Amino acid sequence: MLTIATGNKAVAAAAREARPGVVAAYPITPQTEIVEQLASYAAEGSLDADYIPVESEHSAMAACIGASAAGVRTFTATSSHGLLYMHEMLHWAAGARTPIVMANVNRALGPGWNTWAEHTDAFSQRDTGWLQVFVATVQEAYDVTLMAFRIAEDERVLLPVMVNLDGFSLSHITQSLETVDVGDFIPPFNLPHAIDIAHPRGYGTLTPPDIYFRFRWDMEKSMRASREVIAETEAEFARRFGRRYGPTEDYRCEDADVVVVALGTLGKEAEVAVDILRNEGVKAGSMRLRWFRPFPALDLAGREVVVIDRDYSFGFGGVIAHSIRSTTGVEPYSVIAGLGGQEVTYDDIARFVRQREAGKEFWFGVSD
Amino acid sequence: MFEIRIHSRGGQGGVTAAKLIAQAAFHDGKCATAFPFYGAERRGAPVVSFVRISDEPIKVYSQIRNPDMVVVLDASVMDSTDVLAGLKESGPVLINTAEPPAIEGHPVHAVDLTGIALAQDLVVAGSPILNTPVLGALARLGLVSKESAIAAIAETFSDPRNVVAAKAAYEEMRA
Repeated sequence: MLTIATGNKAVAAAAREARPGVVAAYPITPQTEIVEQLASYAAEGSLDADYIPVESEHSAMAACIGASAAGVRTFTATSSHGLLYMHEMLHWAAGARTPIVMANVNRALGPGWNTWAEHTDAFSQRDTGWLQVFVATVQEAYDVTLMAFRIAEDERVLLPVMVNLDGFSLSHITQSLETVDVGDFIPPFNLPHAIDIAHPRGYGTLTPPDIYFRFRWDMEKSMRASREVIAETEAEFARRFGRRYGPTEDYRCEDADVVVVALGTLGKEAEVAVDILRNEGVKAGSMRLRWFRPFPALDLAGREVVVIDRDYSFGFGGVIAHSIRSTTGVEPYSVIAGLGGQEVTYDDIARFVRQREAGKEFWFGVSD
Repeated sequence: MFEIRIHSRGGQGGVTAAKLIAQAAFHDGKCATAFPFYGAERRGAPVVSFVRISDEPIKVYSQIRNPDMVVVLDASVMDSTDVLAGLKESGPVLINTAEPPAIEGHPVHAVDLTGIALAQDLVVAGSPILNTPVLGALARLGLVSKESAIAAIAETFSDPRNVVAAKAAYEEMRA
């Protein structure tokens, strides 16, 4: 059905379509609309789930882990400080192999208190063992939330998935949305190690080093295998519903001399900048990075690269700029922009490309 | 692409007005996006919201700097805000007022949305509802079709007075 929705409402609609058995969540701006909508679906009966209103995000994730370990499909949503408050449980969810799906509405971290878009919240959870994907449109927020369940619950993966969408610039924007009848796109959830009271087993017990080490390696094997599962899932989604996704969304990249790499809504705005630059005779392209974990193999050899990081790792640099340097060997022009919801327009992005200097770092609004 | 900036005060429905315009444009077969600028919102504070309408998918997420049209739901905002900032040459201004001010270089369209809302007793928490009648006024200006404006309102609000108010604004719209 074709309709219009905000990014938040699209996520909630997709989560309902996936038929989770448990939703445990705590409200936080700018994510609140997601859990409000799911609570109202549960109250009206259109979502047949136990909705658990917990007292904190740490408890939300703990409740999700318990439910998922019992073999129940589980969803939650959070943002920023809420995500950070879950931190311990995020490691636990991945290590316990509970394939929870969570929407994270990307928001800056205080102080100063700020509710606008930034990606540092998600990147600070980089090493928890969660898959992380970043979306840029209301439609993509819906589609990817659906796909996330299938990817997470695949027996080759069994790791949780975080669907990231920009606070306000995507969570609160209204765009058209085509909802789907998901049918059997998401197979029934069958957790091989689900708690079974007829066959009691120990969970989370003291684990000696040699066993622990194998658990960790098994997580990494699954993370590596998830690349194939993601590709299969995206191909099957395209076959059934007609919309195609990949590790990146490439725009005019085929013959590009210079490629802009960004995530989320900035990655979409970059396409407008590319058109402007092409009209000036600059062979520019845009490569919007969609998957952050697992980090995809990017074909950037022989091109100049401008990376826009809506994040920062203090004492080190932009997270994406450094990820690209370390995985491709390309020395990018690193632009730090959009922190705390800073306005970045397509004209600004075109200017970043014009002034590029490989190996330099530029703080938009500060360096100039 | 046609870009609209809406000025209102918190609680008057400027954010919902933007959504309704996008919804109506969508019914007209266009692509549309609507979004507010969220600050530390509180009732009565000046609020800005935005709508983009296009025949092509819209890739721009940044705020509108050079609108094609400005809508002012509360004329008193004009005392503290330059509502014409960045407005394109000869870009029209729609103002909720019974006494339209003269604005040099821009056509001014005036309609007493507050009066229309009060006549229908469309009041929530002491504030007249302006976001549904303004759709009627914008339909009169040709931004969206009248049918689509009514459809967007009817889908969003169950109270039929909203559609009545929009139709009244459509009729009362003065150029």
